[in-house]
Amino acid sequence: MQVEVFHRLEERFFYGLALAGGLIVGLGLLAAHYMETHGHIVTGMDNQVVWGTPHIFAIFLIVAASGVLNVASIGSVFGKTVYKTRAPLSGLLSIAMLAGGLMVLMLDLGRPDRLIVAMTYYNFKSIFTWNVFLYTGLFAVVAVYLWTLMERRMNRYSKVAGFTAFVWRLVLTTGTGSIFGFLVARQAYASAVLAPMFIVMSFGWGLAVFCIVQSAMFSWNKMELHPDILKRMKNLLGIFIAGTAYFVAVYHLTNLYFAKQIDFTRFILVDGGIYPLLFWVGYVLIGTAIPLFLIYHPKLGKSCPAVIWASVLVLFGAFALLYVLIIGGQAFPLDIFPGKEVSSSFLDGQVAPYAPSAPEILLGLGGIGVAFLITTIGVRVLHFLPQDDFVQLQGAGNITD
Amino acid sequence: MSEKEQESGKAGRRGFIGASIAGLATLALAPGVRLIEIGNARPADEAASSTHRWGMLIDTNKCAKGCNACATACNLENGLVQTGRPRTDAQWIRKVELRDKRTGATQQMPLMCQHCEHPPCVDVCPTGASFKRADGIVLVDRHICIGCRYCMMACPYKARSFVHEPLTEQKPDVPRGKGCVESCTLCVHRVDRGETPACVEACAAEGHKALLFGDLKDANSEIAKRLKTEASTELRANLQLNTGVRYQGI
Repeated sequence: MQVEVFHRLEERFFYGLALAGGLIVGLGLLAAHYMETHGHIVTGMDNQVVWGTPHIFAIFLIVAASGVLNVASIGSVFGKTVYKTRAPLSGLLSIAMLAGGLMVLMLDLGRPDRLIVAMTYYNFKSIFTWNVFLYTGLFAVVAVYLWTLMERRMNRYSKVAGFTAFVWRLVLTTGTGSIFGFLVARQAYASAVLAPMFIVMSFGWGLAVFCIVQSAMFSWNKMELHPDILKRMKNLLGIFIAGTAYFVAVYHLTNLYFAKQIDFTRFILVDGGIYPLLFWVGYVLIGTAIPLFLIYHPKLGKSCPAVIWASVLVLFGAFALLYVLIIGGQAFPLDIFPGKEVSSSFLDGQVAPYAPSAPEILLGLGGIGVAFLITTIGVRVLHFLPQDDFVQLQGAGNITD
Repeated sequence: MSEKEQESGKAGRRGFIGASIAGLATLALAPGVRLIEIGNARPADEAASSTHRWGMLIDTNKCAKGCNACATACNLENGLVQTGRPRTDAQWIRKVELRDKRTGATQQMPLMCQHCEHPPCVDVCPTGASFKRADGIVLVDRHICIGCRYCMMACPYKARSFVHEPLTEQKPDVPRGKGCVESCTLCVHRVDRGETPACVEACAAEGHKALLFGDLKDANSEIAKRLKTEASTELRANLQLNTGVRYQGI
């Protein structure tokens, strides 16, 4: 009787979640339609800040999609038993977030109706073109990888498939970082450090997403994560958070060292209004320092809610960092005439006054909605709940009791 | 009729005959002059050739303060409507005012697509919509531009505009479209007819002659001769893009 009641409740809960996800996706699609019919005039973007809030969501989702696959890689490529049972969920999340990110990226185009053009005309000198292949390829690679994990007869190929996925996503995130790294024109970009920085960011953001989804699934099923497994995952998250902070520090220190970059760095870190605020409070304090405190605190670090909070804050910091990098990097004027003050009717020499608009935010949230919906349905249909074999883990020395 | 009146009548006739001959001569010669002009133009079915490289030399010392003739002519020629929203309006050429931070010296100049030999916008365009013609003119193919705006991120001169709003009253020679990126075409439709860009013509009409258009590869062209004998510079020369637009006086 009790089991029946649980199933009824669980079913209602599932449909409620799916409906909520569907609504968010619907709103995102409506926003995209509004932007397409009226033009980008209804957004906060202009001729200087050409990539706005949708790009922040899209790049977050794509980078995190690559990073969340790390969980599977640690299992398949590096043979860690704890992570092997989590590989299917990791793969599903990767596909879900990639789909969400690509949807946002595509619907933010000036001509989203020309998707077929993007799929049939290629300029192989463009990193965007490479990304078209890398992003769509990741779907295929992860799908095959999931197949080798789920189909018993294919299990023996799972290591090869996992390794392929591992290499593929490293190349993919290098490609995503290089979208900015290859831009010689703007002070904020044109840096080789952006590619490895994006890779480490992907590890942290992906693992944070994984920890949140995993804990939601465990609590839904009234299960508890083994403290030793929690400890392993939160320590790894801590390393990734610190790794990201290291790359961000190197990126800014390099810019501070070059005289020609000092004005830009001062803008981003000191007197640029919203950007220094988001950097220091959003990324450094909320997205890095507090999560590290929660993770490495002797008492707090052992509690599951603290780790979940740390993960949520890491994601908040991710958005703050991307806002500073993407919007702040464009808002600062181009240095076409060094040593001169510039003015024109085209707003040369001025900081662009970008503010996100409702359609942009709704489109971005629509991407999150797509990822949420695919994950919710996938988890229910495919039974991807990580189930730890404690006897086996004890044997492997992964847990103590 | 007095002798005086007779003289006056003769003079009138002479004047009439003179004016008529001059008029007839003009009528007779004009098509010839026009033919020479057309002779320089490229037939419509002939591809642009790399034997030319179209470029511009801008003398900032001749660029008059407060004059906006080049930008006005560009807007008129290409059907660019200024709505009073400068953040989102398309501006293919704009007047830039400069003030030296140390000395306070001021100057002004027009700024537009620099028609680079190695254009970053062409490198990053995923579909190949941004392209460089054989004669050096950098253009956007409006049929395959998907509006990703990566070229705008890549352009070192902020020379490109995105069409943010629906368009009306377009010029037949200059097709445009909402959701696509565009920039100075060097008035390619005029150049292909053997004419000069509208901004150059307007600047000359104002008597400033700050803009000189021509073929950089033709050793006998005025632009090539001046570039050979006078100092000039590229904007953001350190990027080594070998721009087709050169400046003097900066």
